[in-house]
Amino acid sequence: MKLHEYQAKEILAQFGVPLPAGRVATSPAQARQIAEELGGKVVVKAQIHAGGRGKGGGVKLASSPAEAEQRAADIIGMQLVTPQTGAQGQKVKSVLIAEQTDIARELYLSLLLDSAAGGLVFIASPAGGMDIEEVAATRPEEIHRVVIDPASGYQAYHGRKLAYALGLSGDQLRQALTVFNGVYRAYTASDASLVEINPLVVTNDGRVLALDAKVTIDDNALYRRPDIAAMRDKDEEDPLEVEAQEMGINNYIKLDGNIGCVVNGAGLAMSTMDVIKLAGGEPANFLDIGTVNDPQRVVSAFKIMTKDKAVKGVLINIFGGMARTDVIATGVVEAKRQLDLPNFPIVVRLAGTNVEEGKRIIAESGLPVITADDLGEAARKAVAAVQGL
Amino acid sequence: MSVLVDENTRLLVQGITGGEGSQHARRSIAYGTNVVAGVTPGRGGQVFDEKVPVFNTVAQAVSETGANVSIIFVPAPGAADAILEAAAAAIPLVVCITEGVPALDMVMVKRTLAGSGTRLIGPNCPGLITPGTHTRVGIMPGDVFTPGSVGVISRSGTLVYEAVAQLTANGVGQSSCVGVGGDPVIGTTQREALEMFNADPDTAAIVLIGEIGGTAEQEAAAYLKAHVKKPVVAFIAGSTAPPGRRMGHAGAIISGNQGTAAAKKAALADAGATVVDSPAEIGVTMKRVLHERGML
Repeated sequence: MKLHEYQAKEILAQFGVPLPAGRVATSPAQARQIAEELGGKVVVKAQIHAGGRGKGGGVKLASSPAEAEQRAADIIGMQLVTPQTGAQGQKVKSVLIAEQTDIARELYLSLLLDSAAGGLVFIASPAGGMDIEEVAATRPEEIHRVVIDPASGYQAYHGRKLAYALGLSGDQLRQALTVFNGVYRAYTASDASLVEINPLVVTNDGRVLALDAKVTIDDNALYRRPDIAAMRDKDEEDPLEVEAQEMGINNYIKLDGNIGCVVNGAGLAMSTMDVIKLAGGEPANFLDIGTVNDPQRVVSAFKIMTKDKAVKGVLINIFGGMARTDVIATGVVEAKRQLDLPNFPIVVRLAGTNVEEGKRIIAESGLPVITADDLGEAARKAVAAVQGL
Repeated sequence: MSVLVDENTRLLVQGITGGEGSQHARRSIAYGTNVVAGVTPGRGGQVFDEKVPVFNTVAQAVSETGANVSIIFVPAPGAADAILEAAAAAIPLVVCITEGVPALDMVMVKRTLAGSGTRLIGPNCPGLITPGTHTRVGIMPGDVFTPGSVGVISRSGTLVYEAVAQLTANGVGQSSCVGVGGDPVIGTTQREALEMFNADPDTAAIVLIGEIGGTAEQEAAAYLKAHVKKPVVAFIAGSTAPPGRRMGHAGAIISGNQGTAAAKKAALADAGATVVDSPAEIGVTMKRVLHERGML
């Protein structure tokens, strides 16, 4: 789960990470009041989940409380388009009002899971304030990695190694150790999957501050972090994906094609998308329906999928292991009867548990359902049917 | 003719009285697997389906029945605890089916198991199966498997069934199939599974099924290039997945160039694997490769 910058900073502040003074505002008047408290010279930052906010005009400087109010009025309510939002942009509901800082150096710091090492790894670079993947590709010698042994956790020597790699010494090294320690504790205490500070700045007056912050939480751990789960902002998510979750379909992701997919299992669902593409079509979604023991779930999947008006037909690919193909078949027949789907080809490929019964249910329904025995055939038939409309 | 599980497997089911645990215990028994014990705290003394004794603790189950493999169906909040309980009872092989285990729990578990005598498969995996000895330690539909000499390694569950059904339809049987799991931190990696199949005298060829995210396929490819002479057919799921999105599996999120299907396919092809673009061509390609080498 993604968090807003201000939420990420609230978490980091609890663990002693030094930050520029600031608070979130949801109205221009509130922005003005916070700017007054901060002495007038502030930065106004749009709070959306996507990155690249500055490029889209979502980050503005203000030199007085009145100007902060004006900038906040400009930004709150705008559809902010950044390189990460897509062309339609994302509506801004709040702004972070923070003190301005005089920056001497911009550094990069993140803590994330290193699957290969089976532990957490700090990544630091003196090349802060830019796209870190770009730095890694062009100047790999400027990327420093320190793996933390989960048995002993973060130790000060890890921090010293990072700080020296960043060219910090003396009082700034001491401040940096506070940052590293706080980031590690915030990560583990919130079940994060990423904490990224870009940039981590050294100010002209010698302070080390987390100027920006991004925190992503491990969805699997939200059950034990209710305070963080409450920070979820559904307005930042695709409305169809939110609706799918409310209907019990947790793994729906909308894509840009026109062939809807209903599949069991994440790996098979990705493969079904791949095989549609190879057959010359475009998948409209990723949808892992999971282990289905209720036909109504199939009807729900159809409802979600067909709310995307780009969808012209559907490929259902079920390899029953835990899931029963007869239940799926019943669900397909129900969906076709309940929903008004004229000129909407339905291609069904069933295999595995109770497949004979599943095929019989489809055949006896008398509905115009196109059947296929294997994955390649199913994809070819789905592409041909949709292209033939 | 197998890796990890065979006729000597004495299976313990942790969570045997739960919905999934009971269903799959029954299916494994029906497949011919020697299920010797179950564990559900508080249900010790009961007998599951009038056949399998249930114990309160894994230690009791091991000492009373000699169980040497455990399969875990415990819900996610208790999965790490269940794995560690099995390891503390010195069970050499633990298979965790549970999905949704927090990553930091697995970091702790993996560190604790390092250097111990316990190997973990999973979590978030379909388990493993050796068709030749009727040993099913997982959740797969047993009837799609057929005994033979091709080893199968996969991160995904249903995609294993898909690949195996294609192999079987092409007359190619399997030695063992290992689903390593779809999470970022797993007990046994694709590379380690590849090492086991490479060392298994009864495995003649290997199917490797990876997916987007992480670098596990590149690590398997490095081993493949240096050590494996057996033919390998590989497929990577997720060529069409958009970057930055988690595609069901927590491991399946592209971040950075190494996580892409293209990078993984290139590494495996460079290591000598026959890489298929279409998931519909895994079986027919393995048949062709075996035929070309005079192995079929």
